Amino acid sequence: MRVRHLNLVDYRNYRSVDVALAGGANLFVGKNGQGKTNLVEALGYLSTLGSHRVSQDQALIRNGADAAIIRARLSHAEREILAEVQINRSTPNRAQINKGVIKPRELPRYFSSVLFAPEDLALVRGEPANRRRFIDQLLILRAPRMAGVIADYERVLKQRNTLLKSARSSGLAGNQLSTLEIWDERLIEFGTVIITERNSLVRELREPMRSSYRAIVDADHGPDVTMELTVPADTDDLQTTSDNFRNALASVRRNEMDRGMTLVGPHRDDLHFELNQLPAKGYASHGESWSFALSLKLASADLLRRRSTVGDPVLILDDVFAELDAFRRARLAAAIGDYEQVLITAAVFEDIPESLRAHTVHIHAGTIIDGPVDV
Amino acid sequence: MYEGIVQELIDELGRLPGIGPKSAQRIAFHILQTKNFDVTRLAEVLIEVRDKVRFCSICGNVCEQETCTICRDPRRDPSLICVVEEAKDVVAIERTREFRGLYHVLGGAISPIEGIGPDDLRIRELMQRLANGTVSEVIIATDPNLEGEATAAYLSRLLSTIGLTVSRLASGLPVGGDLEYADEVTLGRAFEGRRVVT
Repeated sequence: MRVRHLNLVDYRNYRSVDVALAGGANLFVGKNGQGKTNLVEALGYLSTLGSHRVSQDQALIRNGADAAIIRARLSHAEREILAEVQINRSTPNRAQINKGVIKPRELPRYFSSVLFAPEDLALVRGEPANRRRFIDQLLILRAPRMAGVIADYERVLKQRNTLLKSARSSGLAGNQLSTLEIWDERLIEFGTVIITERNSLVRELREPMRSSYRAIVDADHGPDVTMELTVPADTDDLQTTSDNFRNALASVRRNEMDRGMTLVGPHRDDLHFELNQLPAKGYASHGESWSFALSLKLASADLLRRRSTVGDPVLILDDVFAELDAFRRARLAAAIGDYEQVLITAAVFEDIPESLRAHTVHIHAGTIIDGPVDV
Repeated sequence: MYEGIVQELIDELGRLPGIGPKSAQRIAFHILQTKNFDVTRLAEVLIEVRDKVRFCSICGNVCEQETCTICRDPRRDPSLICVVEEAKDVVAIERTREFRGLYHVLGGAISPIEGIGPDDLRIRELMQRLANGTVSEVIIATDPNLEGEATAAYLSRLLSTIGLTVSRLASGLPVGGDLEYADEVTLGRAFEGRRVVT
């Protein structure tokens, strides 16, 4: 899959902009703060319904405007698709496919992208929540049904925590205790599915992650990724895992009552990253952490690509090359060479290996200076 | 902000469920500006509804007498009780004309976030109705969302001890719809709840 044309209206610093995009590598060059990342962020929004930089949509709408529009013409297997989303300041967002109205949350069915940005360093160095978000997003891309399971789990968790808190303040009566068991069952039901699916995803991710890392670094640092679980689950058998979950809950019950929160389950699990048998967090150098995060993203792209029926996901590399030395830049260029479309942003043109410079767009103060024309 | 009483009217209307500030303003100005709008009639009905309407002492449905028309109807099958969350669910099921038994309105679903526990629902009343042995089956028709499912689980656990048939409404694909337009979650659930046909 690839983007042929991107049009933004009142998006971030763009009043209105049109960009034609080619197959293969597209390079956006400009000084800091000119709007390179805004272009790729907008495309990322189409596939994830969120920005990688801010959690609120408000910041995406140009100051003084009521709505931002992202419009992308995509080639999608054999056909062309016009995907549009209008991000509104005060009313719900609207989306269209080929001028037909769809629900915004259906957009990701039509466009998938994998974006890597400096913020992704938090995958390795940041809090567990970052890693859970990463794995859950991938889980949803792989099996959309998981969006419902994860939302249900979070809702049950909230209900259960509220019950535990109120029990702590008022003392748990016999009747209330039986409702706690009801929530336990729901928590176990959804939690077990999440645990099992995350496990299987991590197993699937391991090999492409290793080979991506080797491709960029050209040394075997033995990178590895495993789940760090609060409920023992070294099996694909849902029954065993749900029994383990039930036992784990029973063993922390007293503690949960005291603290008024749920202490075991997928919301407390973490992804464990390893280099040379040492935890990447704390031990890996800046360059190693960077390469690790990058290879996780490349592995996700690889995984989506293998499952996709409409071609490769669009690979977006935001400000990545500046962080790598000349050797790794060349290695990365080679590793991404066979993707249908790759979008790259950079402040310094010379940072980008020659093989990726064929289609270069220069950006200055929210306008496109030059670039390829529509084909 | 409008002056005094106009703003008060908008605020009061805005308190109603499903009405935001814009709708409240529109309704307020409709009331103010439409000449043949009978304000007295609306006010009377509002007061009357509060005065007259009560909840059936047996099933909890809305009614104007001590008990509701369904509970008083001798043609209904007293061995079947369908448990629903709200009175409006009774109306929905009545529209099907498939169910000839009686109802029991819980008055909500278990939801700790909203501070609703089993004691806040009409569960004790349900157990009293079941005590005399006329009822042989309880159909749990709470909403197919988390809170409704939790309430159903709670009830079925409670009812399993007294030897009744307890059933739960099925959930899955809407009838008359197209498979291709079903969202992933519904379709996924329908797969989980599939039935063997041969």
